[in-house]
Amino acid sequence: MIRRAAAALLLLAGVAAAADIRPSRDFLSPELRAQQDDPSRHPGWLWVEEGEALWARGARSCQSCHGGIESMAGVAARYPAVATDGALLNLEGRIERCRTEQQGEAPFGYESEPLLSLTAAIAQRSRGMPMSVATDGAAAPFLERGRAFYETRQGQLNLACGQCHDDNAGRRLRGDVISNGLGTGYPAYRLEWNTLGSLHRRLRACSLGVRATQLSLGSPEYLALELYLAARAQGLPVEAPGLRR
Amino acid sequence: MASPIVARITLPERARRGEVVTIRVLVRHPMERAIDAPGLTPLPRKILHSMRVTYAGAEVFRAELSQGITANPYIEFTTLAVETGDLVFEWEEDGGATYRREARLVVT
Repeated sequence: MIRRAAAALLLLAGVAAAADIRPSRDFLSPELRAQQDDPSRHPGWLWVEEGEALWARGARSCQSCHGGIESMAGVAARYPAVATDGALLNLEGRIERCRTEQQGEAPFGYESEPLLSLTAAIAQRSRGMPMSVATDGAAAPFLERGRAFYETRQGQLNLACGQCHDDNAGRRLRGDVISNGLGTGYPAYRLEWNTLGSLHRRLRACSLGVRATQLSLGSPEYLALELYLAARAQGLPVEAPGLRR
Repeated sequence: MASPIVARITLPERARRGEVVTIRVLVRHPMERAIDAPGLTPLPRKILHSMRVTYAGAEVFRAELSQGITANPYIEFTTLAVETGDLVFEWEEDGGATYRREARLVVT
């Protein structure tokens, strides 16, 4: 058993081979994939439109510094990223920081409607672009922490992420198909939620699934994991806003 | 009076007379189906229970929505392009509130 686990760890140690990892859209049913590609049938666009309105709202709006939201093209593909002060920020964290430091406003709060809307609107501008997060330099220790989290068996079911998302990807679990567990589609409209939700909300569902402690939204563990998942998705297209079961 | 509501209405920019046009409507609504069970805080049903669409003054589509329908419902229907005019979408919510959106169809 231990030898098998060690071999699995070694296999994953070299940044997971891109050939083995397929974009999340490949695991969707054809109907859901078509709907994800069609803004006129994708409820996530209700949030995108709201986010685009928020972008330009107020005197010190996002637009007053960044210009039109089209300037955000490619940004989501580079997050999570390490900020100048050494903190790992995902797109949500970056927006919140902009809001408190540049706009002088109270933060929206993780999973709040305005933050989800803005994140979706910004991420949508990178739709189809290949993920390209920095994994070296200041990001390296975070990536290592994320990898360790991914590979550690957790919860009462004693499962590591890869036991589903690598070993059993493509097989069915609870009425859905197991994907390679990439975060490229988030924030995503999940039919189970009836709303748009962040990757961390989805990760909490994964934690619950293996009966592990559900960490808080924006926790350092989930942030590091988000970076590792982004590194696994390197070169694969951003799908946000995704559509999921 | 009817209030505006967040909705995405997709229809062709222009259509030829006699053409069948597809109209797609996504509306933002929680479609609260009511909560009433021991240990839970009861919540009355609050859904959009009907949707009505008129085109150039005539009704072209009507739907009764039930509480089994998802939040943010998506509805697609077709109609015949007859003349340039406004499509008026009206929803009725439990409790009597009504919502309204308009979209223009240009017929050449």
